[in-house]
Amino acid sequence: MSQGGSQLDRPHLNDPWWIRLPLIAIVVGFLVLFLLLPLVVVFVEALKGGIGPYIKAVTDPRTLAALKLTLIVSGSAVILNTIFGVMAAWCLTKFQFKGKSFLTSLIDLPFAVSPVIAGLIFVLVFGRQGWLGTWGKDFLELFGHLAGHYQNPIIHWALLKIAALADVKIIFALPGIIIATTFITFPFVARELIPLMQTQGIQNEETAASLGATGWKTFWRVTLPSIKWALLYGIILCNARAMGEFGAVSVVSGHQQKTNTLPLHIELLYNEYQFTSAYAVASILALLALVTLILKQLIESHLHSKA
Amino acid sequence: MSRPSTHHAIPGFSLTMGYVSIYLSLLVLIPLSAIIFKTSGIGWTGFWQTVTAPRALASYQLTFGASLIAATLNAVFGLLVAWVLTRYKFPGRKILDALVDLPFALPTAVAGIALTAIYGPTGWIGKWFEPYGIKIAFTWIGVVIALTFIGLPFVVRTVQPVMEDLKPELEEAAATLGATRIQTFTRIIFPQVFPAMITGFTLAFARAIGEYGSIVFISGNLPYKTEITPVIIMSKLEQFDYQGATALALVMLVVSFILLFVINFLQRRSMKGKVKIL
Repeated sequence: MSQGGSQLDRPHLNDPWWIRLPLIAIVVGFLVLFLLLPLVVVFVEALKGGIGPYIKAVTDPRTLAALKLTLIVSGSAVILNTIFGVMAAWCLTKFQFKGKSFLTSLIDLPFAVSPVIAGLIFVLVFGRQGWLGTWGKDFLELFGHLAGHYQNPIIHWALLKIAALADVKIIFALPGIIIATTFITFPFVARELIPLMQTQGIQNEETAASLGATGWKTFWRVTLPSIKWALLYGIILCNARAMGEFGAVSVVSGHQQKTNTLPLHIELLYNEYQFTSAYAVASILALLALVTLILKQLIESHLHSKA
Repeated sequence: MSRPSTHHAIPGFSLTMGYVSIYLSLLVLIPLSAIIFKTSGIGWTGFWQTVTAPRALASYQLTFGASLIAATLNAVFGLLVAWVLTRYKFPGRKILDALVDLPFALPTAVAGIALTAIYGPTGWIGKWFEPYGIKIAFTWIGVVIALTFIGLPFVVRTVQPVMEDLKPELEEAAATLGATRIQTFTRIIFPQVFPAMITGFTLAFARAIGEYGSIVFISGNLPYKTEITPVIIMSKLEQFDYQGATALALVMLVVSFILLFVINFLQRRSMKGKVKIL
């Protein structure tokens, strides 16, 4: 036996071959049949018609539009949740205050919410019959009315612009998709940073502060270098989930071509019985999953070698 | 318990606390409270009628039943997978270990159509069962398979760190005292990994209850038969029955939050490693 973990080093604790081999066979067989096969089947079904139709399906304008939307949405969600994650981790690990563990549990809340319900709550808030939907109408009327009173062209123009804000479509449009995706991926970055920054403690930051460094400088020079791998890890997980989110986005997109992300486009093609195209588009997301797994593995080995 | 000095030593408390509170309220707490406000608008009788309609009851049975079976399968196979991955060396172990996270990384819609291609009547595996009259996709079995796929990493990733941290000395002592391997496993090893297994089980169960993307393709969505609760919520939304959708959502949210509470409790009591959920 070669070197490995603590238990792998002790041959006398190892089970005899007639236990070991069947167990290995069962697990390998199970993982290959149950986990690997779905990944393989996506590519096989996608290439069923040959490479020509595959490329045609992947480069179809509708697919490219969906890919573009997916990238915009996941990029926005990652940026928003990275800022939040760093802020939350700083707040929860560098200070002592009452209600800390309660706040930590609140951050995990979106994980317990079904994606369909996550979509639903934003329809309730922003939809036409929702809270902001009805306020929006009052808002529009109020500022439109005010604008009518002012003859000064600059004030008149500004009031009209403010009134127009209420008219920005959120549900069944891009902002709603970004908001729902941000909700779903809300805890990812924070969850990776909090345990790490907890173990790192506050000594380095205290030293930096006592030497006169500003908070911002302390963060950039002291904290960020020590959490960068965990941050990257969280960002990758957040991105993978954001690009693949289906249920929540399905509710707030309103099933229309111009607000289709890649997963919604797959559903559309599938329901149109364009199976090969559906699997071809799915293969883009399957590749993303593979890249995510590889990056995850690389960062994990990096984190372990440091620990 | 609070040390005033830390408040002053490092700057940024009010900034980060303020930002976190506002962001959390605007994005999570206020929108979630909309469910309660919207439901209170329909009154108790309306609410009760919606959530106990026969079609809704059938969907709870499928959603919770299939989730329970899937989480149980995950607990059994997850323990086995974690055991083999931490205890035995064999070629390809590292790759299989990485593969365990695939259900986390693979978008649910992709998983859904891939599983349908495998377990459908003409699918790679489904066609071997079709001659015997066994249908997998478009029945509750398909739902269980999809939920097991989605939930597997939870148990493996909660049990694995605990298994890696087991002290070999305990097993050595048991062996010295003449215990057989089976006795060592049931008396020494299993009790130590059991709490982690239960945590993984609960996480998988919680995730399965809310799952939508992978199920919607493989289940066939037949009312009373293969329709899960999130699918009913979705169809109510499509018919602009927001109140009905919200009432069902409230039922699911209450169950999910109870589970979240249980998970938190279990993790505080017994977790050694941290759990990664994707």
